[in-house]
Amino acid sequence: MGSLTTVGMIALKGLAALAIGLANVIVFLYLERKVVADMQVRFGPMRVGPHGLLQPIADSIKLIIKEDIIPAEADTWLFALAPVIAFVPAFMLYLTIPISEHLVVANLDLGFFYLFGMLTVVPVGILIAGWASHSKYSLIGGLRGAAQQISYEIPLLASVLGVIMLAGSFSLVEIVKAQQAPLLQLGGVTILPRWFIFLQPFGFLFYFTAALADTQRTPFDMPEAESELVQGYSTEYSSMKFALFFLGEYSNALIISALSVIAFFGGWSGPGPIPGVVWFFLKTYAFVYFIIWLRSTLPRIRIDQLMDLGWKVLLPLTLINIVVTGFLIIR
Amino acid sequence: MAELRTDEIQVNFGPQHPSMHGVLFLKVTLDGEIITNVDPVIGYLHRSMEKIFEYRTYAQCIAIIDRADYMSAFFNEMAFIQPVEKLMDIDVPERAKYLRVMLMELNRIQNHLLFYGAFGMDIGAVSPLLYCQREREKLFDLFELAAGYRMHPNYFRVGGVKEDVPEEFLTGTAKFCEDFAGWLEEYNSLLTGNEIFQVRTRGVGKIDTGWAINVGMTGPLLRASGFKWDVRRGEPYLNYDEFDFEIPVGTQGDVYDAYWIRMAEMEQSLRIVKQALSKLPDGPIKAKVPLNVRPPKGEAYARIESPRGELAVYLVSDGSDKPYRAKLRAPSFLHIGSVPDLLRGAFVADAIALVAILEPVMGEVDR
Repeated sequence: MGSLTTVGMIALKGLAALAIGLANVIVFLYLERKVVADMQVRFGPMRVGPHGLLQPIADSIKLIIKEDIIPAEADTWLFALAPVIAFVPAFMLYLTIPISEHLVVANLDLGFFYLFGMLTVVPVGILIAGWASHSKYSLIGGLRGAAQQISYEIPLLASVLGVIMLAGSFSLVEIVKAQQAPLLQLGGVTILPRWFIFLQPFGFLFYFTAALADTQRTPFDMPEAESELVQGYSTEYSSMKFALFFLGEYSNALIISALSVIAFFGGWSGPGPIPGVVWFFLKTYAFVYFIIWLRSTLPRIRIDQLMDLGWKVLLPLTLINIVVTGFLIIR
Repeated sequence: MAELRTDEIQVNFGPQHPSMHGVLFLKVTLDGEIITNVDPVIGYLHRSMEKIFEYRTYAQCIAIIDRADYMSAFFNEMAFIQPVEKLMDIDVPERAKYLRVMLMELNRIQNHLLFYGAFGMDIGAVSPLLYCQREREKLFDLFELAAGYRMHPNYFRVGGVKEDVPEEFLTGTAKFCEDFAGWLEEYNSLLTGNEIFQVRTRGVGKIDTGWAINVGMTGPLLRASGFKWDVRRGEPYLNYDEFDFEIPVGTQGDVYDAYWIRMAEMEQSLRIVKQALSKLPDGPIKAKVPLNVRPPKGEAYARIESPRGELAVYLVSDGSDKPYRAKLRAPSFLHIGSVPDLLRGAFVADAIALVAILEPVMGEVDR
């Protein structure tokens, strides 16, 4: 009986994480449309609900009731499997994200390892999608996507190693706790908290660049470069299968924002009597806004320039960052 | 170690593709991300325009030729009217000349604005397209005030223009000129100075002057390669010799130069419009010519500088009220011919930028 309740509790927690993740992705989608519209001197969705508030719901209904088309030449099984492979890991990431000190489904000791491990699964889904669609656009898009994610995973992980060294732990909760102490005090008033952005400014820069590339956001949205490859690997997908790709992608961008907050901006900590949860979401959505801002402003860089940036610039720089951090800690 | 063998694949860009301009269809052979061969296929927008001319009166032809290069309709009309006026030896009144120049230069700004937006879109920046539409709307409003139509004005007539412009058109144009400098600055700060934009455009796709002349390139592309040739200066028509403006010339012949020349040309066009506005004389707007003209037997060729290059019409008249033959020398058509040479060896992403600077309008290519 006891074990059954435990299993039930775990399942419930997982569902809660999924629900929170989905809800936030929907908010992200709405924000993206509205913010981009605002930056592009137009209104964005206005018809469905006040200021188009119900637009994401209308969009989801549309996606669900659309015809699910499988190309005649496609590899049916792989074609159906690919979106699941891309979607599931994206949402499993939410299990380890600490919204506040106790609001976390699983406080893993190797939280960061788990996160990056899960992120590594996503390109497999993209590659399968590109292959199984039996379309040239998809194939090129899929190859690009996989190549891009694999090359940026290394600098991504290497860029947060500095943080992990400073915190002395892989656990996300421990990393946030390590940032609670004040860094600079003036007459008993904290001027600067010990957030790792102040200790690892370059680490953050590298992390964010690599993260944008890893989640394929502008200016690194190569795999779905609509001016070249129509929709990249998801060209042939429709209905719910397409929605899964879409959700996975936005979920990844959200996770990246949340992770920047946790690793560099003190997680749930913040001044004043405002609860930690509020701080966490405020900071996360500040990053979401930043990502959207980038999208509406920047052009896309070319695939070879992207690879150059990843291997020849980011990787050496992150390694130097790790070495310098190591020396500073030992000293 | 054995050489790794890679297979080439053929990818179709167009005729329905999000980034193709109109219904251009490029059969592209790819080796990885590198283009090894391109085969442009045209004809999806063919309306047998040149044949239709032979069965229509000159006044009707003007309405049809509006649809050739639908982005710069005033230029089409001018290109068609010029040989007719040459054949009939008509003296166009000064006011009509100024109005024509003013509308054509406004049209050039409108066309280059769309280029700016579409080019931004093609290299991945979404916003420019929406910013440029804001000002294009204002220009279309001005065209509507003058001609009554927005896209296909049908405004120029043999010997002048259809009717005089209302007062609001002149005040509206003055207002537009006043505001446009600020907008241009906004465009430049949004795209031109961007690091990624610079990396994407500088040194991409060298246009060599000799090659450009051989394939029949004209207009901004030829000037981007460093060759200073503009029909407005080289062979002035209307009263372009009375205006003070410069011809921007590139140095590298790369994508950036081709882009920059368009931005600089907008400034120059603005200058011309301002001068035309201040010097606009009073008087008749149309020479004493019947609507249904009958040019004398003979042939004439006349060219103008359209936003895309040299636009010319070769007209053969048999003395009737319909042209015996009217051949359109469309710059886009010749530019499409240069695509295989231009794209070979480029990256897929660069190919899109390279096609974008050619700025083909399929209405003009297929006619």
